[in-house]
Amino acid sequence: MRKYVPKDSVQKKAYYTDRFHVVPSTPREKVDSDPVYAEQLEALAAKVEVKSSRIELNCMVVEINHEDNFKALEVLKEECGYAVLTEMSAVDYLAKDGNFEVFYQMLNLKEVKRMRLVMRIEQGLAVESAVPLYKSANFAEREMFDMFGIVANNHPFMKRILMPDDWEGNPLLKTYPLHGDEFASWYEVDKIFGKDAREAIGPENRDEAKVERYDSKRFSRVGYEVPFGADVNAENETETAIEYSKTFLVDYNKGDTKQLKERK
Amino acid sequence: MAQHQVNYASSGGLPVALTTVDHLVNWGRSNSLWPLTYGLACCAIEMMAAGGSRYDFDRFGTIFRASPRQSDVMILAGTLSKKHAEFARRLYDQMTEPKWVISMGSCANTGGMFNTYSTVQGVDRIIPVDIYLPGCAPRPETLQYALMMLQKKIRKQSANMNKNTKQNLRLI
Repeated sequence: MRKYVPKDSVQKKAYYTDRFHVVPSTPREKVDSDPVYAEQLEALAAKVEVKSSRIELNCMVVEINHEDNFKALEVLKEECGYAVLTEMSAVDYLAKDGNFEVFYQMLNLKEVKRMRLVMRIEQGLAVESAVPLYKSANFAEREMFDMFGIVANNHPFMKRILMPDDWEGNPLLKTYPLHGDEFASWYEVDKIFGKDAREAIGPENRDEAKVERYDSKRFSRVGYEVPFGADVNAENETETAIEYSKTFLVDYNKGDTKQLKERK
Repeated sequence: MAQHQVNYASSGGLPVALTTVDHLVNWGRSNSLWPLTYGLACCAIEMMAAGGSRYDFDRFGTIFRASPRQSDVMILAGTLSKKHAEFARRLYDQMTEPKWVISMGSCANTGGMFNTYSTVQGVDRIIPVDIYLPGCAPRPETLQYALMMLQKKIRKQSANMNKNTKQNLRLI
């Protein structure tokens, strides 16, 4: 595994961001405002330490310590009726806070309530697997391991799920480049032909979809056509009238016209 | 009354047609191109349409086979991920000579819009390609056209595949 270098993000960012755009914050309410949630939070707080709690967008969000995740999930499943683990994964906050946020999104079908259990975990630490409680955690935890490198202890089959088994790096980390690192860019060549073939096959040719306005070899600008390979720049660029094919521009008004007196 | 005997005098002489071995062999090869059923992504839907009754690949002698051992053409239809590249190459190696490859669609040609870490940026990095078919996804007619171009190419070549100039020598 490569050493983590603290950078904001080497993944491709949006080329345009609105300077005046402010992300709208969603209203956060106290858990007491909903009696069902309040009761569930009470049951949870009796067993594990609750660091913070709120209701956001009709969804209770409870933060706990990462050591307590299995106990908390057990309480939520057995006592609070959250029978479905809809989704679980992690968020990379390494550059911002120095840790990951692991979340469990859950659904209570009886009371039609959703809640999210979140916890912060440092890189290199493992979480306890939720597979004994929720079967859906099996693939989700494998994906989390694949994409972030967070291991789930006591998982029945801790193996990469999306990337090949011999892949290096965790692609959903902010530090992972979108176009792949050295290992990723040569992966298929190394695997099929061996490293010796690198030179013969050459590096990847990635299309940046860049249009060069004054490159007359690869591009031609409508209305400013020049011969192939001609030297063009902003000064000598001259507008040329757009030539249309004669066959397209047929003048139907030309010549004799005949007006019918009555409809045939 | 039925005519039981061929009238040689009126049918332009002797019942003999002269040709070359190259021409004869290539006539057979080009009119019975059996592609490997190898759909990787959405291009495969267009490939299936081309094989179906409306566009009818069978009339070119093109019958999809489910085994690389029985196929002559590999139509790489869709996005090739790096995880799958190894298997694509293995299937290509399992095909018997002579064999040809059609790279169908933008993703197979150059990686297309998947300019990411996990997509092979053009299948010609791992497999020698004969025909590049652009489009996203190419219509069934264009796949037919690509196949006809491949037939044309085969008819121009020597029947002895060793004599033909090979592109992507590094990959063979």
